[in-house]
Amino acid sequence: MLTFLLRRLAVAILVAMTVLTLSFMLTRLSGDLAISIAGPNATQEDVALIRAAYGLDRPLVVQYLDWVGRAAVGDFGTSYFFRERVADLIAQRMPITLTLGLVGLGIALLVSIPLGILAAVREGSWVDRGVMLVALVGQAMPSFWLGLLLMILLGLQLGWLPISGTGSWEHYVMPGIVLAFSAIPALMRLTRSGMIEALSSDYIRTARAKGLSRLSILGKHALRNAAIPVVSIAAVQLGFMLGGSIVIETVFALHGVGYLAWESISKNDFPVVQAVVLVLALIYIGLTLLADLLNAALDPRLRAS
Amino acid sequence: MSGAVLVPAGAAGGAPRWLRSLGLALGLLIVGLVAFAAVFGPSLVPHDPFAQDLGNRLAVPVWMEGGSWTHPLGTDQLGRDYLARLVYGARISMVIGLATVIASGLIGTTLGVLGGFFGGRVDDAVLFVITCRLSIPVVLVALAVVGLMGSSFTLVILVLGLLLWDRFAVVARSTTMQVRNLDYVAAAWCAGASRAAILWREVLPNIATHLAVVATLEMALAILLEAALSFLGLGVPPPLPSWGLMIAEAKDYMFFSPWVIMIPGIALFVLVFGINLLGDGLRDMLGTQDAR
Repeated sequence: MLTFLLRRLAVAILVAMTVLTLSFMLTRLSGDLAISIAGPNATQEDVALIRAAYGLDRPLVVQYLDWVGRAAVGDFGTSYFFRERVADLIAQRMPITLTLGLVGLGIALLVSIPLGILAAVREGSWVDRGVMLVALVGQAMPSFWLGLLLMILLGLQLGWLPISGTGSWEHYVMPGIVLAFSAIPALMRLTRSGMIEALSSDYIRTARAKGLSRLSILGKHALRNAAIPVVSIAAVQLGFMLGGSIVIETVFALHGVGYLAWESISKNDFPVVQAVVLVLALIYIGLTLLADLLNAALDPRLRAS
Repeated sequence: MSGAVLVPAGAAGGAPRWLRSLGLALGLLIVGLVAFAAVFGPSLVPHDPFAQDLGNRLAVPVWMEGGSWTHPLGTDQLGRDYLARLVYGARISMVIGLATVIASGLIGTTLGVLGGFFGGRVDDAVLFVITCRLSIPVVLVALAVVGLMGSSFTLVILVLGLLLWDRFAVVARSTTMQVRNLDYVAAAWCAGASRAAILWREVLPNIATHLAVVATLEMALAILLEAALSFLGLGVPPPLPSWGLMIAEAKDYMFFSPWVIMIPGIALFVLVFGINLLGDGLRDMLGTQDAR
């Protein structure tokens, strides 16, 4: 178990280092950063001034080591546009994105687990087919478009929810529903196939033979085994959702990290962009690590490999 | 290594055969229709998708009161014919979807086959690259790259192609591992075939069907992502009528005339739905239940 843990941790750290390098390279793609920051109307002197002010005149290697050294202690520099420390900007907005992610995941689990179980219990029936159709529809739904549709329906015509903004808990409902849509198909399919596998196993037959009630078989025996992969995939899905929330936050003007990233991209605010990419990647790496450990803890068979 | 990441969901549905083939047929029909529109549509529709007519802005579609057959789907906020833009947009979606799948398929298949075939250190390296790729937030990075380098059609394809190869790699790797140990590969070894010949003639043809299923999924994803990027203003540049861009441009009018976002949105949904149906049908037909 300890070697598994250490190896998994070492891989996570290596991946984090790679992403650190990639996020640095990402913002250097356009060639000369100073020209992009200065804008189209800048003179040669302006560009030179900016280059010196932001330390862009140093060799690339020095800039890279500087970024790695600072990022390692949580210092991502200062935003060009907001004139604030990038770490503070991200810290201010992270709770909003995390709330949205958790709301989305909560809704996704509430929908996909019962439907997945239902489809598995009635495998091959019309219920099952209906559930699989829901998965296909969810997969094909463009999230930003669904967001706009909900705005028209729930916001304007029914007037149940605020159309956009960050003020109250109600502002999280519509974006949460939209975000949940992206995770529902995968979670539902996984619950369904896990339950089908569990229900056809020997221990369920034993439980049936003992005369246990249907509910107890489903809940206590089958679900508990089917839940293992669902729990770990849910953690991974949360990582995907945080990364994908940029579209939804922009649609609903929800001022989280995704919205910050979108603003920074359109304003050429590179320190913020590279920091957000790094932070979201690190969260994802942490969540997958958690998922693997959880998996290993719940399922002893995995530890051996 | 990271089991949780590499086991996405699913098994095939338990639907009867005729229903499955119905799904496949419907998927083929949708994709075929959109492909037809993409190839021939622009020359069949009498209007120019770029021609503005400011005197005739936001004309309503034919099924609404005051609509006319001159502009069956109405016109947009600049008076451009919506049908002409919609069929031209089909071309953009299809080209981006196909080009992305070709690029990402090449990258992912190469990596996956190498890892699965050679195993050991090579496989460790491949798994590491896949893990790194999965930890990168796709939408954010794509937006950032396009934002930095300026939006263009080619750049969107390039960025998506370089980002969406992960599932190809995962599936190519696991299927290659299975095929590698089969008897006919052993027979080829014994017959003195070279590694390259075995990869090319034995392994690739036998994992191709699995890769075809992945290709449909990735094509659907690429089309959705392009629309999202264009919607956020960092994808295909205007005045090109990408469906995502059409929705973005129509957004300001959606509360008064919802059809302006309904038409391109439904087109997008139906195309992606059709491609997914095709993929599901293909998977069921080939019995490759583990391909996802």
